[in-house]
Parts: sequence; C-alpha cells; structure tokens
Amino acid sequence: MVIERIEAQLPGAILEHHAFRGDETIIVAGARFLEVVDLIFGEGYQLLLDVTAVDLETPEYRFEVVYHWLNLASQARLRIKVPLAEGAAQPSLVSRFKSADWAEREVYDLFGIPFEGHPNLTRLLMWEDFPGHPLRKDFPLDGGDLFCSQDIGASFAPEARSLNA
Amino acid sequence: METTAKNSDRMIVNMGPSHPVTHGTLHIVLELEGEIIVKATPNIGYLHRGVEKLGEHLTYQQFIPLTDRLNYCSSLMNNVGYTMAVEKLLDIQDPPRSRVLRVLCSELARIGDHLVCIGINAVDIGAFTAFLYLFRERETIYDLFEMMAGQRLHSSFTRIGGLFRDIPPEFEPLCGQFLESCPRTVDEMESLLTHNPIWADRTKGVGSIAPDNAVNWGYTGPCLRAAGVPQDLRKAQPYLDYETYAFDIPVGTTGDVYDRYLVRTEEIRQSLRIIRQCLDRLKQLGPGPVIIEDYKIALPPKEKVYTRMESLIHHFKLIMHGIEMPVGEVYSATEAANGELGFYLVSHGGKSPYRIHVRPPCYPIFSSFDEQVRGRIIADAVSVLGGMNIIAGELDR
Amino acid sequence: MAGINLDDSVMTTRLDSVINWARRNSLWPLPFGTACCAIEFMSMMASRYDFSRFGAEALRFSPRQSDMLLVLGTVTNKQAPVLRQIYAQMAEPKWVVAVGVCASSGGMYRTYATLQGIDRVVPVDVYVPGCPPRPETMIHGVMELQKKISRESLSARKEHIERFYQSMARQEELQRAKGLTSYQVVREMVLEAGAAGGQQIW
Repeated sequence: MVIERIEAQLPGAILEHHAFRGDETIIVAGARFLEVVDLIFGEGYQLLLDVTAVDLETPEYRFEVVYHWLNLASQARLRIKVPLAEGAAQPSLVSRFKSADWAEREVYDLFGIPFEGHPNLTRLLMWEDFPGHPLRKDFPLDGGDLFCSQDIGASFAPEARSLNA
Repeated sequence: METTAKNSDRMIVNMGPSHPVTHGTLHIVLELEGEIIVKATPNIGYLHRGVEKLGEHLTYQQFIPLTDRLNYCSSLMNNVGYTMAVEKLLDIQDPPRSRVLRVLCSELARIGDHLVCIGINAVDIGAFTAFLYLFRERETIYDLFEMMAGQRLHSSFTRIGGLFRDIPPEFEPLCGQFLESCPRTVDEMESLLTHNPIWADRTKGVGSIAPDNAVNWGYTGPCLRAAGVPQDLRKAQPYLDYETYAFDIPVGTTGDVYDRYLVRTEEIRQSLRIIRQCLDRLKQLGPGPVIIEDYKIALPPKEKVYTRMESLIHHFKLIMHGIEMPVGEVYSATEAANGELGFYLVSHGGKSPYRIHVRPPCYPIFSSFDEQVRGRIIADAVSVLGGMNIIAGELDR
Repeated sequence: MAGINLDDSVMTTRLDSVINWARRNSLWPLPFGTACCAIEFMSMMASRYDFSRFGAEALRFSPRQSDMLLVLGTVTNKQAPVLRQIYAQMAEPKWVVAVGVCASSGGMYRTYATLQGIDRVVPVDVYVPGCPPRPETMIHGVMELQKKISRESLSARKEHIERFYQSMARQEELQRAKGLTSYQVVREMVLEAGAAGGQQIW
C-alpha cells in the first residue's frame, strides 16, 4: 500500500522491494532518502524504532544503513535500507525524529558511518579515543587482546586457595 | 561571553558511573545552577560487552544465554523474543503447549521486572519498605523459575522451536500460591505508596511527556502508555496467541513518574490475570510436546540419541554445525516489560547470524533524559531515572 | 628480659590476630554493581537471605567509608579506570571480592569490550564463581574473606596495595605523556601486559 504510493509520487526512489517472512523492505538510494522519509511520515510512519547498519563488503557498496518504522494507526511496519559506500555520509534524521539521535551516534561509533547534520556526532558506547570501529567485519572480536582469545600468560593460581581449605 | 558572571554559579555534578542502589553503570553529567538542572548529559557504554559482535561468532543456539543477560530483571522475555525471531526466520512454529508456557513465563518475568522497577524507584526516593515487600514476591518468582529451568535469574529456558523442558508437577501448586499472595503484596505496596503525599509530591508532575513527543522520541512500553498512547504489541500485533487471552492494558494521562508507577502496578495485576488463564489452558491442553519434533532444528531426546543412529547424527550436526538457516533478514518484536524489544537478524545461510542487532526498549527512553529533567531540581532527576527503568544490560548490550 | 627473643614475635602475632579479628567482623561493603550479579545482591539484601546478619545493613556507597569492595557484574574496558579510581579512593585496609564469573575472568564475554577479569587491574582477594552466583554463594564468599583476613599478616597487606598505587602513578604518568583518556591508557596497559604474558598491570 504505502510502497505503491511511494512509487507513484516519487518514481525511481525505490531501487528494490521485497517482503520476506512478512517484513516489507525497500531499498532506497541515498539521494532520494529524505524525500521518502517525509512521504512516509505523512502516511503515519511516525515511530522510528531503530537505526542500524550492516557491513556487507560487497563490491558495489560496503554498508547498508537499516531503518525500522512503525505506523501506530495501521500497525504496519516498514524497513528501509540505504546502501552506502565506504566513507560516504548519510543524512541525519535527528531534526525529524528525536529517536534517531542516539541510534545514529551508535552507528557512527560502531561502524564509522558519518551522519550529516547530526548535532552531536560523538562516540556513544566506546570511549572517545578508541581506535577503530568494532562492528566492522575487519575488526577482530578480541580487539587485539591475545589473552582474550587464547589462555596465555601466568595465572594467579599459586596465590589462590581452594574454598575447601 | 558575558555569561561568565552567571556561569560562576554553575556546577558540574557526576551521577555515576558507580551509582548507588545498583542501577547499573549509568553516568549522567549534570550541569547545575544551584539546585536547578541546566543540562543533563547521559554517558552510556559502561556495560557495552560486545554482544552483537560476539553473536556473529556464535551459533544461533549459543546466543540464547547472551539474551538472558540483556534485560536481566526479566530474562525469560528476552529468551522468548530472540527464539521467536529465529523461528520467524525459519518459518516454524512451536507446539501449543510451548506457546502457553512461553506466555506464562513471559508474564511471570514481566511481573518480576515491574516489582524490581517499582521497588528500586521507591528505594531511590527513600521508601525502603516497599522494596522489601516486593522482593518477597520476587523470591517466589525465582523459586518458580528454578523449578522450571533450574536457574533463578538467567534461565535460558526457551530453545529454537520450543522450550528446554516441560514444567514439573510441583509448579502448579506453587504458582497457584503465588497468584494468591502476589495481589495481597501489591495491595500492601499500594497502601504504602499510591495515596502517600510524599510519594505524590516526588512523582506527580515530574517527567511528564506529551503523546506526540513520546512517539517522536521512540518511546514504547509502560512509559508510552503512561503518556496516553495505548500501544501494546500484545494487543496491537498479537503473538503467541495473546489475542485469545482476556486482559486489559492500562493507559495513563500525563506520562509523569506517578502515571508510570500506576501503569506498572496495574500491569502486574493484568499479568496475574493472564497467568491464571494460562494455568487453566495447560490443564485443558493436557500433556504434550514442548519442542518441535524436527531434528534438523531441535535436539532429539536423549533416549533416541543413545539408541538410534539418525538421532545421534542429528545431535552431532546440530551441536557441531548448527542449524541450516535460510538466507534473509527478519525483524521480530515482542512486548517486553520495558517496551518493544526487537531482534534484527541477518542471515547469509551460515551457522552464525551475519548480523544480529537488539533494539532495546529503554535506549530511546534514556536518550530523552535531558529533555525530561531540564529546569527541574536534582531530586527529580532521581525520580525520573527510576521511573524510566533503565537496565544497563540491554541499554549498552 | 634477657631471655625474651623479640624475633619470635609472639606479641606481634597476637596483635595480628586481634586486629584481624576486629577487621573481619566489621566489614563495610561497597557494592560496585554493574550488571546481573547486582540483582542477586539485591536479593541478598532483601528479607530471605538478609545480608544485614553480617553487619552490612546500611551500605555506605562512599569508597572513603568502606573496606570491602564487592564487584558485582561485568567490568568492561570502559569501566576499568573507574574501578581503579574507586579502589584507589578506599582507605586501607581494603579487600576486593570479585562476584560472578564476569568480574573473575570476563565470563562468557570474550570480546574487545570486556575486561577479562578484574584481577588484571586491581588486586582481588576472593573470587565468587557463578552466573549469577546464588546469594548463599556470595555469603560464603564473604565468609571465606573473613577466614582469609584472620590468616593474614599486617606487613604483607601493605605490599600488595603498594604495588597497586605504583600502577596508578604509572597510569597517570602515561596519561600526561600521551594525552589520551584514562580509558585508552588502561586499555593499552592491559594489552601490553597481556602481550608480555603477565596480564596484571599492578
């Protein structure tokens, strides 16, 4: 329903759409993104639940920024995905949806995707001078800490005493 | 620049990150002029454990204990939410008995979470007795969880396709006892708080929010319902057969801390109503399987593993290679105690999710903290924080 | 007087045991609650398990007024310098109980963000395993700490904590020299220690 209206009023904005397991998903190019958002806001999709990203590492683009909306009147959900190249910026939705504030900061922190127009784009979950962006696929799970992934080094065992002593 | 004289009254106070009364690791930087809060900046991430990245390296079954530790006051609801997301991706459904039991545990967990929230909110404001009364009931809930799943707090009770095991026969009498004692305890707690002038002074008018503003901030759950928006996923987008249970959802008017307290108290009573219906339904359904019998997804029972070759192979494949997942992505949401708990799973067909993202209900609520307390005194910051029910485990993941 | 050998330290031993007896029976806890273990701690404070039987009714959330630091829950790399600061602010004598597997060893979170055990950044006296440990286990842990206190000697106590203060001085020096935040400095100290095979930075 809403997808047809988007196609009618903003032709060419939707690059692809599918519904898998009942989830309506549309893929929108970055340049047309804000127009689509304004349109669906008018259609009643006023609760922005979440902004997140996926590091896909495909040859055409690296990231996909994923938005989830809920329409309180019709209880319909919509997922919008925006493909993004490495280093490209995504327009921020903070001026329209206050829930985008922290969600975009988290995506910036964990993926390194900059959001244009965000009033306070600083790290949220990691500390300010943390090197790297953890959720990228090239960042190791243990963050470079050898002890984390392999048990090496001296342990405290000689000083420890059993509870049964 | 001309404000240097005015700024000399400004003081910066840190609330946290080591915060009394175990709210978890929250850090709020308050800029004060005298006692009035000029700006409040929450600093989060002190409990960011890297759960989403860890999920990319674990199998779907191995992620279940990690979900327990998200909202640790109501662990079972996280388990249910996550396994429902995986089941949506697989396009399977768990057996009827499992669905009733999932509703029962979710409602028990919801009651547990609200008991902690109200208790801690009261302790922060100074009313210690309510906390002691409410924790007595929470101990009974712990006993019920221990009976069902073997663990008090982090039960990891659900599995993909159903549940770990069926409830033992001792469960029903204890649950019946709980259904008798809990309303009396909630009445006692209400007699201490609801018409108490000190409680009203500290909570009425504090942290009010208009419905449109709450929706714009991304609020869901009791905080949104207290603001006047009747959004509850159990009624609006029913799952686990919630449309067949009779219950009401309380909706507030102003969205202040007092309304949030009233909404949570009434939700406890409604959850008790649902649990009573679950127990009746279990009797009607009679004994049956609590997990699907597809051994490509759920572990076969041990008797079969030890006696039949195919079951042994299925067991081996499930443990070593995980489940064969279809390629695709899903977003599945349930009405957790704090609001809409969403799981976004991206699968590229492997044994681990390619990306797993948790949408915590208290995340957008906490991001509105500055707007909620600006212009108020410090004591109100404590009330508002308690009323929001911020659980650092799900906030930071 | 000539026959008394002061090196036998008979008097010191009795002084040790009197002082240790006083210390172990007046442990004032500082609950450093971060995650789920803090909820079990709340249960321990509530009526069924009643931690106030051990004299810990009124929890003083001030490090200056407590002597037992109960670390309840996961300590992340971002929280590590905060933990060190709280431990540094406590007046001696002071003891640390790592409650739960996350505090003891990082628990199930073998990731970039979680500190793999608080013993990497502060000295720990008792480890209480469990995820989360039952309130009875935590009480047992505190009782084990009491037994440990009754066995310890006064001079070894100071050496233990002295090394920690030296590591705090090293941390502050590195912060000044490199201009980084305390989080990044502590993280780098931990990584260096791990790479050298030592793990602890104190």
